[in-house]
Amino acid sequence: MLTCDTVHVSFILYVILQSEKEKDVVNAVNACSKLFSTLLEKKDLFLGKLPTGEEEEAFIGLSAEEKYRLFMRQRYSSCVEMLLEHLDHELYSVKESALCCLMKFAEGEGRHPLEDLDWSEHYSFPRELLQGVVDRLLSRTTENSMLISRFQEFLEMEDVRYYVMSSIRENVGKVLAKNKGVGEPFMFNNVFSLMSNISIPSQESGLTNFMIKQEGESCLLSEHKRAFEKMWLGFLKYKLPSNMYKKILVILHDSILPHMSKPTLMIDFLTAAYDVGGAISLLALNGLFVLIHQHNLDYPDFYKKLYNLLEPSVFHVKYRARFFHLANLFLSSSHLPLYLVAAFAKRLARLALTAPPTALLIVLPFICNLIRRHPSCRVLVHKPKSVEDPYLMEEEDPAQCRALESSLWEIKTLQSHYHPDVAKAAGSINTPLSGLEDDISELLEKTTYELMERDLKQTRKTVPLEFETATQLLKGGGDVLGQHFCLG
Amino acid sequence: MNKTRWVRHGWRCSGESVMSEVSAQSVLAHLFQMGKVPKKKRSVADKVRKAKTSFEIKNNPFEVKINRKKFDVLGRKSKHDVGLPGVSRSKANNKRKETLLKEYKQKGRSSKFIDKRFGEYDTQMAPEDKILKRFALERQRVHDKKDLYNLNEDEELTHYGQSLAEMEKFNDAVDSDDESEEKGLLSAELTASHFGGGGLLRKKTGGQQDGEETHRAKSRQELIDELIQKSKQEKRERQVRKEESQELTEKLDQEWKSIQALLVKKTPKCDRAEEEKPKLEQYDMMVRELVFDMKAQPSEKLKTPEELAREEREKLQKLESDRLRRMMGEEVEESSQSQSHISADDLHDGFILDKDDEKTLSYQDGKWNIEEEADKDKTEEDDEEEGHSGEVEDGDAGEEEEEEEEDDNADEEGRRRRRRGSRRPAMMKKMVTLTWSPSKKATTEERKETSAQPSLSKEEIKAQQEAAKAELPYTFTAPESYSDLKDLLQGHTPDNQRLIVARTQKSNHASLAVGNKLKLQKMFGFLLEYIGELATRSPPELVAVDKLIPELYSMCQMFPEAACKAMQSIFEDAGHTMEEVLEVKGHVPFPALDMLVYLKVTGLLFPTSDFRHPVTTPALLYISQALTKCPVRSLQDVTSGLVLCCLGVEYVTFSKRFLPELINFLAGTLHLAVKDKTSLGYTVVPPFRPTGKCSDLLVLSDSESCASWTKKSLPLSATRHLELRSERDRDHHRLTCVSTCLDLVKRCCLLYKDLPSFTCIFRPIRTLLSEHLSAQTLPELLQELRGEILESIGGAAVTRCRLVLEKKKPIPLKLLTPKIVEVLDYGKKRGCNREEREKERLKHKYKKEFKGALREIRKDTRFLAREKLTEVMDRDSERKRKVRELFGSLATQEGEWKALKRMKSK
Repeated sequence: MLTCDTVHVSFILYVILQSEKEKDVVNAVNACSKLFSTLLEKKDLFLGKLPTGEEEEAFIGLSAEEKYRLFMRQRYSSCVEMLLEHLDHELYSVKESALCCLMKFAEGEGRHPLEDLDWSEHYSFPRELLQGVVDRLLSRTTENSMLISRFQEFLEMEDVRYYVMSSIRENVGKVLAKNKGVGEPFMFNNVFSLMSNISIPSQESGLTNFMIKQEGESCLLSEHKRAFEKMWLGFLKYKLPSNMYKKILVILHDSILPHMSKPTLMIDFLTAAYDVGGAISLLALNGLFVLIHQHNLDYPDFYKKLYNLLEPSVFHVKYRARFFHLANLFLSSSHLPLYLVAAFAKRLARLALTAPPTALLIVLPFICNLIRRHPSCRVLVHKPKSVEDPYLMEEEDPAQCRALESSLWEIKTLQSHYHPDVAKAAGSINTPLSGLEDDISELLEKTTYELMERDLKQTRKTVPLEFETATQLLKGGGDVLGQHFCLG
Repeated sequence: MNKTRWVRHGWRCSGESVMSEVSAQSVLAHLFQMGKVPKKKRSVADKVRKAKTSFEIKNNPFEVKINRKKFDVLGRKSKHDVGLPGVSRSKANNKRKETLLKEYKQKGRSSKFIDKRFGEYDTQMAPEDKILKRFALERQRVHDKKDLYNLNEDEELTHYGQSLAEMEKFNDAVDSDDESEEKGLLSAELTASHFGGGGLLRKKTGGQQDGEETHRAKSRQELIDELIQKSKQEKRERQVRKEESQELTEKLDQEWKSIQALLVKKTPKCDRAEEEKPKLEQYDMMVRELVFDMKAQPSEKLKTPEELAREEREKLQKLESDRLRRMMGEEVEESSQSQSHISADDLHDGFILDKDDEKTLSYQDGKWNIEEEADKDKTEEDDEEEGHSGEVEDGDAGEEEEEEEEDDNADEEGRRRRRRGSRRPAMMKKMVTLTWSPSKKATTEERKETSAQPSLSKEEIKAQQEAAKAELPYTFTAPESYSDLKDLLQGHTPDNQRLIVARTQKSNHASLAVGNKLKLQKMFGFLLEYIGELATRSPPELVAVDKLIPELYSMCQMFPEAACKAMQSIFEDAGHTMEEVLEVKGHVPFPALDMLVYLKVTGLLFPTSDFRHPVTTPALLYISQALTKCPVRSLQDVTSGLVLCCLGVEYVTFSKRFLPELINFLAGTLHLAVKDKTSLGYTVVPPFRPTGKCSDLLVLSDSESCASWTKKSLPLSATRHLELRSERDRDHHRLTCVSTCLDLVKRCCLLYKDLPSFTCIFRPIRTLLSEHLSAQTLPELLQELRGEILESIGGAAVTRCRLVLEKKKPIPLKLLTPKIVEVLDYGKKRGCNREEREKERLKHKYKKEFKGALREIRKDTRFLAREKLTEVMDRDSERKRKVRELFGSLATQEGEWKALKRMKSK
C-alpha cells in the first residue's frame, strides 16, 4: 500500500514542482523534502550508480522490490534536478525552500550514502549534490546575495564549509577558464559574497559542528586552511574589476589573511595592488601592513611608495580614515630618518591646502604628532632664517624633495581657515608643542555633519546679527552673487 | 651689703616652723619696741637712694640692669629694656612698711588707732587740698546737724560783695519758695541768748528728762511758738509789700507805653512785630511753594546734523569693532545688538518704532526743520491708526509706505557709505553730512545718486499701490501654521505679499498682546519655509522672495534667537539628508535652489565674518560639503556650483578667511573648459576628475560662438533647468560660466594675496590659465580677465614671513628662599571666633595675675620674716646690753666694794 502511494505521490509532486504558482511550489518542495528524507532514512532508495540509458532497460531483470527502489531513486534524482533548477527561480521564497530542501537531502545522503561505501571515508559526503548547489549559487545571471546569506547558516558546519570551498574553487576555475579569465560582474559578486562569508575557526578545537560525522582530512584545521587558501588564490589570480579589488582589499587583512595557512602567498597580489595606485593602493596598505608586521615581509621602497600615495584625492576618498590610521602606524616608528618624516609632514601640509575641514582636523594633529615624535623636525615650524620655499612637490623621492629646508607655511595659511576648529588646530604650531601626542583615532571618522551639529546644537544666549539692513536678495556681502546672477 | 643679708634672712625664714616661732615671739616683743623699729630699719641703700636724685640713679651703672633682648626688632620700642632693681625694690619695701608692717604690728591687739582724718593716707592729694576739704567736711557736718532748727542762720550769699538776696529784689519774678530764706530772723545767737545754747536744744530729743526740765521746756515751747508766729507774720507783711511794689511798677510800665506812642512817631516795636507776623507766614508759604514747585528740567541739547552724524558714525564704528572682534574669535557679550536706539521706555520686547521717530529735533542751516516734523507726525498718526484699528479709509498710507521704503534705502545707502568711510575718514564726513541732512532736497539728491533705485516714476507706484490697497484688509491674524501663511499669501503679487507680511507683523506686534511674540516667532519659521517653497516652484518665484527679504530682516532683528533656531533647523535637515545620501551613494546632487536661497538669506541676516557663529559656520560647512561632494555632471551643476562659489566668496569677503574648497572648485571648473587634457601640469581635486565623461562640459563646441557672446548675468533658475536649444546658446552659457569663474578667481586672488602660501594655492589655476586656456580662443573680455589674474598671481610678492615659534615664557628655577607670609597674630594659635579669643585672653590674664599675686605674697612673707628676725635680734642685743649694763654695774659695785675692802685692809 505504502509503496504504491509513494510512487503516486512522487509523481504528483514532480508535476506540482513544475507548477507556476509560488505557493504550490513551496508546499511541494516541503513535501518532497519530507518524503525523500524518510525514504533516505529507510534506505528505500536504490544504492549505487544509476544505470545510464533508458529507464525501461534498467528495470529488466529486477525484482519488484528493486524495481521500486530504482524507480524511487530515479524520481529522487529528477526531483533534485528540479530543485536545483528552482535555485534560479525569480522568487526568493522558492529559492530558499529549495535550498533548504537540498541541504536536507545532502544531510540525509551523508548519513545514508546512496553510493556504495568505498574504502575512503571521504566519499561519504554528497559532494556532487553540494557542487550542484554551489554552481547554482554562483550564478552568472542573477545576484544571489540574499540566498548566499541564507546559505551561510549551513556554512557554519565544518564539513559543509570544507566541501563548499573546494566546490567554489572548482567552479571558479571551470567558469573563468572557459571565459578566458573574463567573468561577469554578477558572478564575481556572487563568488565574493559567498567567499567572504566563509570564515574558519582559529583553533583546532573549534571544529566541532559537523553535519555528518567525519573523519580524515576534513577534520583537520590545516586542511581547512589550505582549502581556504586555494580557494582565494584561485579566485584572485584572475583579472578582477576594480571595485571587486576594493571589496577584497577591504576585508583582506581582517577575514582572509588570518585564515590562510601561508599568508605570504598573498604578497604578489598585494604588491600588484599596491602598484595600481589610487584607492586600491591605499587599501592594499592594510594587507601589506599585516604581512610586514606579522610575517616579516621586507618591502623595499615602502615609504617611498607611501609618500607617493599622498595626493589631493587622499582627503576625499571613502577610505580616508583607514589610510590615516595606517599612515599613523607606519610613521609611528622613531627609527625613521628625519628627511622622510619631514617630507611626509611637508607633503601633507601642502596637500592640506586642498583638503576639506574634516580631513584638516585629522591632518593637522597628524603633522603635529610627527613633529612631536621627531623633535628634530621642529625646524619645520621654527626656522628664523629661510624665506624661500625649496620644497619640490613633484619630486617622487622623499630624500630628494628638500622638505627639511622648507617650513610649514601651509599651516600658517590654514590659521586663517574659515572653520574655527581648523584655525585653532593650525594655531597650535605657533606655540611649542606639548609633550603628549594628540589622539587622532577619534577624529578619523568625523563627518561634516558632525562638525555642523556642533555649532547647531550649541545654544548661545545672544546671536549676533548682521547690522547692514537687508533690502534685496542679491545684495549684500560684496554683491558677488548680484553681479553674476539675476532673479528669474 | 645690707640688702644681701636681708635676702638671706628671708630665705631662712621661709620655712614654716621658723615662721610660726618668729611670729609668736614677735607679737610679745612688739609691745614695747614698736615706735623705734622702723626708723632703725631704714637700710643704707635706701638712705643713699633717697639722697640721690633720680637722674643720678639712672646714670649709675651699678643701679641699672639692662635686660638683654633676644631679637632686635626694628621699629619696636620696648619699655622694659632698662630696669632699676634697687629703686623698685626700695619702693616695694617702703610700701610694705606702710601697709603690711603696720598690720603686723597691730596683729593681736584689740584696740587700735584709726586715723579718720580725711585724706590722711592719700599721698596723691596736695596738703592744701586736704586742708580745704577737711574744712568743708567740718562745715558740712556742723550744718547738717543744725539744719533742723536753723531758720535763717545761713550766711548771706554774695556776689561781688553784694548780697544775693538784695540783688534778687530787683528781679521782677517772685520766687515762691523763698520761705526758708525768710525764716532767717531766728538766728543762732538769738536762740542762744534766749535759751542758753543750741546744745541743749539738741539734747532735748534724747530720751531721759527730769520733771523740771519738762516744765521749763514747755514754757520754752510756747515761747518758740510765739516767735515763730511772729516771724511768720512779719514775713507775710513783707511779701505783701513786695507784691504791691511790683504791681506799681507794672502799672507804671503800662502807662509809659501809652505815652511812648505819643512821644515818638515811630510805630512801637511790639505793634510792628504783630503786624509783620502774617506777612512772614505768607512769605514762608511762598518760599515753600517755590521749593516744592516743579523746576524746569534741563532739556536735551538740540543736536546739529554734525552731531547726529557723529553719533551715527560712532554707533557704526562700535558695531564694526564688535564684528572685528567676533571675527578674531573673541567672545562678545551683549553689545552686538544692532538696535540703533533704545529709549528709556523701551520694554525690551524688540518693539522699534518707525525710523521716522529716530529723528530728533535738528537744525538745518540755522533753521529749525519744523515742517518736516509736522509731516512726520502726520504720517505717524496714520501709521498708528493703520496698525491698530484699521478704520482709516484709503489714505496716504501707500505713499507713506513708499516714503518709508525710500527712507530705508537712503539710510541703508548712507550706512554703507559710512562704513566704508570709517576706513577712509577724509572722505567720510562729507558723505555723512550729505546723507543725513533730513531735508527733502538732500534725499532727492541721494536718490539720484543711487542708480539701483526702481526706475518707476512716483505717480505710477502710487497708483499701483493704491490699487493694491483697495483690495487688502489692514489687519491680519498671525498664521498658526504654515498652511495658514500660504493661504494668506497665495495669489497676491509680490509687493502685496510683502505688505501683508508687514501688516501682519504690525497688527500682531509683541507689545500688543501676550502671545504675539511667540506667534511672530513662529511666523518667521513659516516665512522661511514659504521662501523655500517659492524657490522650489517651477518657475521659481524669486521676485516674491526678494520682496520678502526686508520683512525677514526686520523680524530677524526682533527675534534673533528664534531666527537662529529656524535657520539652524534648516541646515540641520539639509546637512543630515546630505550625509545620509553620501553614505548610501558616495556622492550627492547639488543643493536645490531653495537651499541656495537659504544660504544667501543666511548671509543677509547673520554676520558671515564671525570666527564662530551658530548659523553661518554650519552654512559655510554646508557650502564646502556641497562643493567637495557634488559631482559636476551637467551645465546646471556647473551653474549651481558657481552660485555656491559666489556665496562662498561673499561669506569670506570681509573676514578674508581661506576657503580651500572654493579654489578647488574654481580650478576644477576651469579644468572643464580645457580642451586638450593629455598633459596636465596640475592635479584636479575631487569631485572633478582629470578625464572621463563630463570632464569636457565647458569646452566650446564651436569657437565661432565667441564672437557673438556678450556677458550677461545668469538667472538663478539656471541652476535647475536650462533652455538651451541651439549649440550656440550652449556655448554662450559655457562662456558665461567661464567668465563668472574667472571673475571669482580674480576676487579670490585679491582676497588671499596676503596668505603665506598664496602661490601654492593658486599654482594649479596659474598653470591652467597660462598653459591650457591660453591656447584656446577666448573672447576678449575673458582674455583680459585672464591676463589680470595671471598678473596678480605672478605679481604677488613671494614674501614669506619667517616661521618662528612664539617665545615661551621661561619657567623660573625653583627658588629656595623662604616664602614670607605676614603673620598677623603671634604666638600660640588663638581661637577662631570672638568668644574663644575672649576666653583665651581672660585665661591668660588670670594666669598672669595669679603669678603676680603669688610673687607678691612670697615677697610679703619674706618681708615679714625679715621684720621678725630683726625684732628678735634687736631684742637679743638689747638684753645683752642690759645684761652687760648689769654686769657692768655689778662689776663697778664689786670693784668699789673691793676697793673699799682694799682700802679697809690697807
